[in-house]
Amino acid sequence: MTSRVAALAPALRLWAETLAELRRSRSAVVGGVMLLLIVGISLTFPLYYPVDPLAQDLMARLTPPAWQAGGSLAHPLGTDNLGRDVLARILYGSRVSLLVGFSSVLVAEALGIVLGLVSGYYGGRTDSIVMRVADVFMAYPFMLLTISIIAVLGNSIFNLILVLGISDWVTYARTVRGSVLALKEKEFVKAAHSLGTRNRTIIRRHILPNILSPLLVLGTVRVANIIIWESGLSFLGMGVPPPQPTWGRMLAEGRMYISDAWWLVTLPGLAIMLTILAINLLGDGLRDALDPRLRNV
Amino acid sequence: MGRYILKRLWHTVYVVVGISVIAFFFIHLSGDPVMLMLPADASHQEIEELRQQLGFNDPLYVQYWRFASKALQGDFGESLYYHVPAMELILERLPASLELALAAMAVALLVAVPLGILSAVKRGSFIDLGSMLGALFGLSMPHFWLGIMLILLFSVKLGWLPTSGRGGWEHLIMPSLALGMSLMAMFARLTRSVMLEVLGQDYVRTARAKGLKERLVIGKHALKNALIPLVTVAGMQFGFLIGGTVIIETVFAWPGVGRLVVQAIFNRDYPLVQATVLVLAVLFVLVNLLVDLLYVYLDPQISYLEEK
Repeated sequence: MTSRVAALAPALRLWAETLAELRRSRSAVVGGVMLLLIVGISLTFPLYYPVDPLAQDLMARLTPPAWQAGGSLAHPLGTDNLGRDVLARILYGSRVSLLVGFSSVLVAEALGIVLGLVSGYYGGRTDSIVMRVADVFMAYPFMLLTISIIAVLGNSIFNLILVLGISDWVTYARTVRGSVLALKEKEFVKAAHSLGTRNRTIIRRHILPNILSPLLVLGTVRVANIIIWESGLSFLGMGVPPPQPTWGRMLAEGRMYISDAWWLVTLPGLAIMLTILAINLLGDGLRDALDPRLRNV
Repeated sequence: MGRYILKRLWHTVYVVVGISVIAFFFIHLSGDPVMLMLPADASHQEIEELRQQLGFNDPLYVQYWRFASKALQGDFGESLYYHVPAMELILERLPASLELALAAMAVALLVAVPLGILSAVKRGSFIDLGSMLGALFGLSMPHFWLGIMLILLFSVKLGWLPTSGRGGWEHLIMPSLALGMSLMAMFARLTRSVMLEVLGQDYVRTARAKGLKERLVIGKHALKNALIPLVTVAGMQFGFLIGGTVIIETVFAWPGVGRLVVQAIFNRDYPLVQATVLVLAVLFVLVNLLVDLLYVYLDPQISYLEEK
């Protein structure tokens, strides 16, 4: 028990320091609050904006936003070519982006943690095989890999999460492997080993809690990337299938009306940018908090 | 150094073999290719005959070997949609994609490196804060959305630039800017942080103490060392550019390989998808190899450490 607490102590101390540092970082606070707001709105908007994103009103097609001449408060951000409410579609689209973004990162992290742990801890032939496969994945341009798998598997929200997750495991596996190699040399791991603790227990109790902080930073940054890729795939028509509104598809559809309806190509993109900006700000703050060497840079 | 280069070449070979295995299996995952080649009402006998003729009844490793040996000679089969060799189509479109990717890289580096240096030298100034804020926004903007915004402003509203297609330099401005923006942001941040680190080193202090002009200290002593991580990251980002061209070429109707592969996917033209993916991935691996060799040239310590 004492050895378990001793092993966890550095990890716990790091988390406490990180939280304190995060509160001091202006960018982390701004990013964190923005992200909380975005997630909060995406979860609760049906309560105060119960508009059907699929309901068509052909009489009101291409209505501009409320503040522009010809706009109406019934559609605060205007309507699209089929008279569907743009605000409702952006709000529903946020759910797809956030769900795909966070879930894909979880899939990638889970895969990366398992493979990185096994590879770093056991070494030898396992390590060699995992790292060679990782090299091949790294060499495959991410977008090409995802679109070619989606082309074969077909596009559904489940496939999208799976494909984006599978395509992104390498970065995590490499980070985990590096941390494990360093931890293997630490006194508390060597002590546990010499006391006869089983490998699986060492990994679970002594190694895993100490490798989570770099993964948190990496995961945060990757959520932003995945959301951009998801909207890109949707833009190409390979994302979540219709009729579910997505930010990427809204941009693709709005592009046909670019000269008459600027809001169709501007507002969904702004939604993506604000979400990514929030995540990047939080990621920057997290990185500074967890890596003191970067604090002054 | 020789051993390091050999090691890197061996690494390149097995990565290319790995990629070819993945590309090969795409065809098999996508269903029976024979069904795509024959009309929907083909008889069972016709299907079986074609399968026998094309060798699809052979064991998978035999089929892979046949595919790999043909691929090595540049033969990826015929496009099911265009009915011409897939490689011919790719070679026809590749120059357009490379032109776009290189222009994007050039735009990114030309803006980002001076901006990053200026930010580091004038740390905390208005220029520093402004450019780093700009970089943060640049990193947060999906490149295809930026492309659409540029079209909205410079083509639709102002009428200054053509909306799409490939032609003179005016056609290249918006796609390369859209594709290069996030790289520009990334490079500016990287150059700034590396320069800040380098400017604090002893040899820079010594150069200053010797009374060298500030321009020489920064341009000769600091920048050369700051270039090493920049070259690595720029090389690694070439893959991003190749992936990025897929969407940007669609936004600007740019006749490159990216647009070709998207159209091939929609046409279920799997031999063409397979060939494009393989060619682009190999291109990416080769660029990475070149970058690694350049890295050895810039920092001789690397090969020394590797050999040790």
